[in-house]
Amino acid sequence: MKKGKRNLIIIEIVGLLLALLWISPFYLMIVNAFKTKREIFEGVLGVPDEFTSTNFVQAFIDLDFLQSLFNSLLVTGVSVGILIFFSSMAGYALARNKSKLSGLLLLMFVSAMLIPFQSVMIPLVSLFGQVDMLNQVGLIFMYLGFGSSLSIFLYHGAMTGVSVSLDEAAIIDGANKFQTFWYIILPLLKPISVTVAILNTIWIWNDYLLPSLVLGEANATIPLKMFYFFGQYTKQWHLALAGLTIAIIPVVIGYFFAQKQIIEGVAEGAVK
Amino acid sequence: MNNRKLSFWLFLTPVLLGLGLVVVLPFVYGLIFSFTDWNGITANNFLGFENYINLFKDAEFRAAMGFTVLFSVVAIILLNFLGLALALLVTRKLKSSNFLRTVFFMPNLIGGLILGFIWQFIFISVFDDIGQALGIEALSGWLSTTNTGFWGLIILTCWQMAGYIMIIYIAYLQNIPNELIEAAEIDGASSWQRFRHITFPLVAPAFTISMFLTLSNSFKIYDQNLSLTGGGPYNSTQMVAMEIVKTAFSENEMAFAQAKGVIFFLIVSIIAITQVYYNKKREVDM
Repeated sequence: MKKGKRNLIIIEIVGLLLALLWISPFYLMIVNAFKTKREIFEGVLGVPDEFTSTNFVQAFIDLDFLQSLFNSLLVTGVSVGILIFFSSMAGYALARNKSKLSGLLLLMFVSAMLIPFQSVMIPLVSLFGQVDMLNQVGLIFMYLGFGSSLSIFLYHGAMTGVSVSLDEAAIIDGANKFQTFWYIILPLLKPISVTVAILNTIWIWNDYLLPSLVLGEANATIPLKMFYFFGQYTKQWHLALAGLTIAIIPVVIGYFFAQKQIIEGVAEGAVK
Repeated sequence: MNNRKLSFWLFLTPVLLGLGLVVVLPFVYGLIFSFTDWNGITANNFLGFENYINLFKDAEFRAAMGFTVLFSVVAIILLNFLGLALALLVTRKLKSSNFLRTVFFMPNLIGGLILGFIWQFIFISVFDDIGQALGIEALSGWLSTTNTGFWGLIILTCWQMAGYIMIIYIAYLQNIPNELIEAAEIDGASSWQRFRHITFPLVAPAFTISMFLTLSNSFKIYDQNLSLTGGGPYNSTQMVAMEIVKTAFSENEMAFAQAKGVIFFLIVSIIAITQVYYNKKREVDM
């Protein structure tokens, strides 16, 4: 037993060292973001003598950070909201209707997950361009199209745990289909809604390629703005690193408050 | 149409419109135009399989394909090894267990584009500094050669995705009944024997899931490729996804890029269908 305990301590130390290695990129990013260009040239590993905040001020302004943060929040928030609402409705309808057609539709949604983005992006941009939809509204609609497959699949799976007798009771009480869904079913699907929200938020928030094809510079989301910004400051690491630090702050805050749900949600999404 | 049917279709209309206009229509549209000289707006001539024949002759596309396959194979092996090792580590009764999970998973939440930029700094400046301090020449000039670009991408991918694979393994490791391990312990099984004969067979399904997840993820990588190496030097670290984007939007060869996109779809589908097949087979076996 004693030997087991000592082993456990050794494993704990190995784990902590590995964790240090894992966060070292973030450490290097942050300390060097506080240095001047000259100090980075002199050495990248140590802490600066004097923490200068000028890099952050300039990066904040050049990233137009409040605007890009707002753009990212808008696109991600609306897309995820719409995805939850419409996918849960669809998952509910498909699960309650046991016809052959319903099975076929589900199969169609699941098969669509196979199509890589690069196989549809050119006609997609061309078609949406022809109807003047290369803007935020068009982008949000595209996220509905790309995100609904996995979301419907997850909702459909979760519906097996929701008894049909609940629907019947609601209908007898005079509720219509939508009221049954909205007041009875959707609240019961809350755990899977959290998973759907997390998976789609991570993906849409970080997406670069689609917004780069659809949005102009004025509506740029954080990854898009970061790309322009980085191009502007190649080899000026003090500014680039300050910009990168600012760009990941929203994610770190989100992770801090919801880490348990995030890790559970991601596990659920992957294992299914 | 009765009421029931009507509500069924009303509930499905928004997602059917979304999928139809964003995925199905562009897919069919693209498939048709890949057989023409389409320039993104109009097509004048039907070319038959010409684009597809040219694509197999395109040295850049073939190089990207080779690089992607090699990258995927190495990434799958390392990621699964790392993911399982981390999962075994954090499922021991450690005080820091939750903290470790949080740290290992963290890079997975940040976009590949941003992570690629951070690692560009590490490979170029930090590696160089450490190399000079310790007199290790191999640490200088990272990302300036094909080889260091390749390993740079591998390191970045492992660091970013290992926490994700870890979580999948944890889900399976936690399902192993404790009594089983204890019984084996009482019977005198060593920790290696316990791992080999109890843990490993029981997490085997996780291995299948992770293998295909890492395979399809590494095959489709774009952001990390763009921000870490940009495909350089001389397009030698360019992967398929990036090559297609470049053919389309830098070289403006829309029909040709679309044909590449169709081939890309076929490859990804074959991978995924193989996965479904193996999963089904395993379920029958068990």
